[in-house]
Amino acid sequence: MATVELRFSAQPEHVRTARLVAAAVARRAGVDEAVLDEVRLAVGEACSRAVGLHRSHGITAPVRVVLTEEEKNFSIEVGDGVTGTGGGAGGADSGTPDGASSGDLHDGDAEGEDEMGLAVISGLVDDVEVTSGDDGGVIRMSWPTNPAVAMP
Amino acid sequence: MDLSLSTRNVSGPGGDRTVVEVGGEIDVYTAPKLREQLVELVNDGSYHLVVDMEGVDFLDSTGLGVLVGGLKRVRAHEGSLRLVCNQERILKIFRITGLTKVFPIHTTVDEAVAATD
Repeated sequence: MATVELRFSAQPEHVRTARLVAAAVARRAGVDEAVLDEVRLAVGEACSRAVGLHRSHGITAPVRVVLTEEEKNFSIEVGDGVTGTGGGAGGADSGTPDGASSGDLHDGDAEGEDEMGLAVISGLVDDVEVTSGDDGGVIRMSWPTNPAVAMP
Repeated sequence: MDLSLSTRNVSGPGGDRTVVEVGGEIDVYTAPKLREQLVELVNDGSYHLVVDMEGVDFLDSTGLGVLVGGLKRVRAHEGSLRLVCNQERILKIFRITGLTKVFPIHTTVDEAVAATD
């Protein structure tokens, strides 16, 4: 069962909220203090990417973030609503140029950012899985927890 | 925390340098402001930039993209873009993306201003 679930409309300003919530829940779950910066960054990258995908594909559904505290680890799933190309393995084709560079992501930097986002996630997180299904793409990341720290 | 930006001109041994002091969080929401600032500076003829990141609390790949975009722009005018950063958590992001090889990263603004290629 999810410990905390967050849904937000695909607006860049909400990504910071998702980072703050994820870091707070991770801390409570007993994720090591030294790793919290990585959690914050990784969830921010995954959410930024999802926001970009929703906007470029004209998806109005919210971005979904599921934070789950398990016995020995803490996991975060960030789901986008883009089927097929969404989380597509490696995601190389996910930032299809069709509309990705419109709006505030002008300048042609957008494509590179998407790839760089995934590069940051895979560089930071040891346990990461990118999948794509009929419900959209999902980036799942997990970190070990130290149960001793979790006690109040 | 929002993004704060301020610029000042400093002269160094290699000529005039524009120091861009950045504070707060550079992410998908705030990065466009930094991009606008860098574009404006280059359009106004400032081709040698020093981006001081000591006040940055958070940087993600969107921010990296903007810095790379800035570098591309100044290079088109044979300019330079140097970074000032001592924070390990920020440096780590440059390291895992391989961008430490792309940007000259200095420990102080003085050092960055004094640097010549």
